Amino acid sequence: MKSLIIKVLLIAASLWLIWFLHNNLSSYRLSMIINIGIFAILALSYNLINGVAGQFSLEPNGFVAIGAYMTAIFIIPMDTKLDMYALTDPAPIILQMQANFPIALLAGGLASAFIAFMLSVPVFRVRGDYLAIVTLGFGFIIRIFAMNSPSYTNGAMGLNDIPDFADFRWVGSIVIITFMVMIHIIYSKYGRAMKALRDDEDAAIAMGVNTFKIKTFAFMTSAFFEGIGGGLLASFLTTITPDQFTFLLTFYLLIIIVLGGLGSMTGTLVAAIVIGFGLEELRFLDSEMVIFGFETDAHPGMRMVIFSVLLIITMLFARRGLFGDKELSEFFKRKQS
Amino acid sequence: MSSALLKIHNITMQFGGVTAIDSLSFSVKEGEIYGLIGPNGAGKTTIFNIITGNYQPTEGNVNFENEIITGTKPNIVVQKGIARTFQNIRLFKSMSVLDNILIGFHNQTHYTYLEAIFRLPRYFGHEKRIRAEAMAILDEFNLTKYANHKATDLSYGNQRKVEIARAVATKPSLLLLDEPAAGMNPIETADLSNIIHKIKRDFNLTILLIEHDMKFVNHMCDLVTVLDYGEKIFEGKPADAIVDEKVITAYLGDFTHA
Amino acid sequence: MDFSTFLQQLVNGISLGSMYALIAIGYTMVYGTLRLINFAHGDIMMVGAFLVYLAVSVGLPFPIAVVVGILGSVAVGVLTDKVAYKPLRDAPKISLLITAIGISFFLENLFNVLFGGVPKAFPAPEYLTTSFKLGEIIIPIMVVIIPVITVLILGGVLYVLYKTKYGMAIRALAFDIPTVKLMGVNADYIITIVFSLGSALAAVGGIFYAISYPSIDPLMGIIVGLKAFAAAVLGGIGSVTGAVLGGFILGFTEIFVVALFPELGGYKDAFAFFFLILVLLFRPTGIMGEDLDRGRF
Repeated sequence: MKSLIIKVLLIAASLWLIWFLHNNLSSYRLSMIINIGIFAILALSYNLINGVAGQFSLEPNGFVAIGAYMTAIFIIPMDTKLDMYALTDPAPIILQMQANFPIALLAGGLASAFIAFMLSVPVFRVRGDYLAIVTLGFGFIIRIFAMNSPSYTNGAMGLNDIPDFADFRWVGSIVIITFMVMIHIIYSKYGRAMKALRDDEDAAIAMGVNTFKIKTFAFMTSAFFEGIGGGLLASFLTTITPDQFTFLLTFYLLIIIVLGGLGSMTGTLVAAIVIGFGLEELRFLDSEMVIFGFETDAHPGMRMVIFSVLLIITMLFARRGLFGDKELSEFFKRKQS
Repeated sequence: MSSALLKIHNITMQFGGVTAIDSLSFSVKEGEIYGLIGPNGAGKTTIFNIITGNYQPTEGNVNFENEIITGTKPNIVVQKGIARTFQNIRLFKSMSVLDNILIGFHNQTHYTYLEAIFRLPRYFGHEKRIRAEAMAILDEFNLTKYANHKATDLSYGNQRKVEIARAVATKPSLLLLDEPAAGMNPIETADLSNIIHKIKRDFNLTILLIEHDMKFVNHMCDLVTVLDYGEKIFEGKPADAIVDEKVITAYLGDFTHA
Repeated sequence: MDFSTFLQQLVNGISLGSMYALIAIGYTMVYGTLRLINFAHGDIMMVGAFLVYLAVSVGLPFPIAVVVGILGSVAVGVLTDKVAYKPLRDAPKISLLITAIGISFFLENLFNVLFGGVPKAFPAPEYLTTSFKLGEIIIPIMVVIIPVITVLILGGVLYVLYKTKYGMAIRALAFDIPTVKLMGVNADYIITIVFSLGSALAAVGGIFYAISYPSIDPLMGIIVGLKAFAAAVLGGIGSVTGAVLGGFILGFTEIFVVALFPELGGYKDAFAFFFLILVLLFRPTGIMGEDLDRGRF
């Protein structure tokens, strides 16, 4: 009962904070925290399959793309679509797809989850690390399909004039929902089974756990929320093209969950905020610099060099990240026992 | 004693031309403690892996509760009532002792994924029940005070006990113990054999165990089968095994090699 | 398709397949010994091509530059293992995989910073870019050179694997690292050999790729690496001959499907992925592979 009251109070306080920030921040600051919020949604869900279930996957960019396209197609008005598709006429079904924002988000999430299910069958039936390579490949395939199906995706031109519904109230609330869902999964028989198969798959099977089913649940749940995050991203950016959904996106998320701690949702939230601000603040690294009086050229990619070194060093020397696989609340519990 | 709970019928297992088990048969009656003994590499663990469905035997079948279970997936075999421990302890390293036990209740916890996500009443009901049951099992093993400790922080002997407790949590009728006393000191071994007798009685178990230590086997088992190079060289009372010439040769052979 | 086009596509298929095969060998050997998908392997191929480019641009003759490229790639490959993978041998598998992705991303972006992201013309000497006519078909000289060198290299690799004590140790390592260590084999030394061999082959593949296409960029290794891995799985991960077979099957499929159905050209890079899915669905051990995970208890 006590924990229920704390939970309700925390949610109420978070909602108040979200509405407060929405009403009081400058539009520049708001778009920054919306960005961070979307990253948090993506990283939280990514951490379920990678951190909690321990199945190394490189999927987010693919599922984000599916969610983004799905949502965008549902919310762009029909007239706009007729003008926008430049290479060929839009397919009839594209014109028929019309829905309000929440339904469109849900459709994006469900489409991603469905594709995750289709991938689960070949990948989880076999042992080994095929999930990583299949999901990495999947990210490329999605792009190839987006490029080559102009009547659905408008090809390389992408979709624009996507209605801008994704304000901080939407994003913030969905961060809370995602976080709660992940925590509820972790503290249930399903979360325990995910952790068990991460620690020792054979032993989990020997306890009667159907590990195929549990991995598929984790993967579909991750994909669902990545699809939703993709929908929010599409509406927030108002323009999407196939080239936005590259592996770079996945790499940011990987850094967030590794720094926050694989398996720790509270750690992920903290790391999403740190990395979100960090990426902004380190933008100067990619531009011209004056070092000891010498002017260097602009170095696009310098930030990424630093981030990849950061990732490698974390893995080598601080594998558990900020929070290990524990939630913030568990650090307090442990003291008592 | 009642009828046979587990019947190993004419099992042969070959790995790429090498015969690990050669047409082996034996049966374990309900309520027995049955020992499977023999020198290293005799094929004891292979038999366990065949019973639990991890290996598909080249020939022969396994009959459990009058049903042929060969070819059944390992996680289904558990649901049919066979639980196991591993030769090298395989606890869930990042989890607490209690959570390790709770995994054993996985298939007895009946709420769906969505019920867990939305925290519907069945979630609370089942979680409360299995937590109480898990604590009762920990109590049986004198592990209650370690419930919230990380499993791998426990002593070696206690980790063994957690592993057995975890297997008992799946509510098996047949418990397979793979060298339960390995690496234990005499006091721990004595404690373990008391606990095994106790849980056998309290949870109405039949036990098949693999062991090296003849003294332990002599003390624990009603019947034993002795394996050497995948072949059965003796079946009968443990007291008779110790004086059997073939068994002695097999063991001495093992000693000279080691 | 008439006979001369068929021949033309056949030689193209052999040539493309050879490149995939060379890169797939490295994947399969590292996976066989360490159970690691070495995501950085495709980037080693890029490193090889760029080092040749660099060596030529500082004035070295092309053959010397090739040697520099191969040795440099070997150094990068071995260094990667020593610095990033070796400390994690006993760590959870996921740490190793994340590190491998980190290395891959590091190499791509480092070369992006050093050389810029714009594709560079590869300085292949003229004697390697000429073509000759055979009847009606025009054959670029590389299309002949690539398979010949691949076959020679393959012979060498198979000789090392099956006729030398190093090869025996590599194959033994594929089954059981602790036991091999107990038998007095220096596992780390063998793993270094695996990385050297794999990186050298990847560099050769990268140089072939660079001459054939003929431009290089820091991200060139990603998609080729992905395809080569798919080829390794198709052939049976862990098996060197399987990797070669998988590489050729993939090379031929890409060339012939596009030749027969030009409208599928845009999806060429997706074929490898579908192969991968099909193999996992119907024959996870690939064509020549054994179940490496057997006997883990």
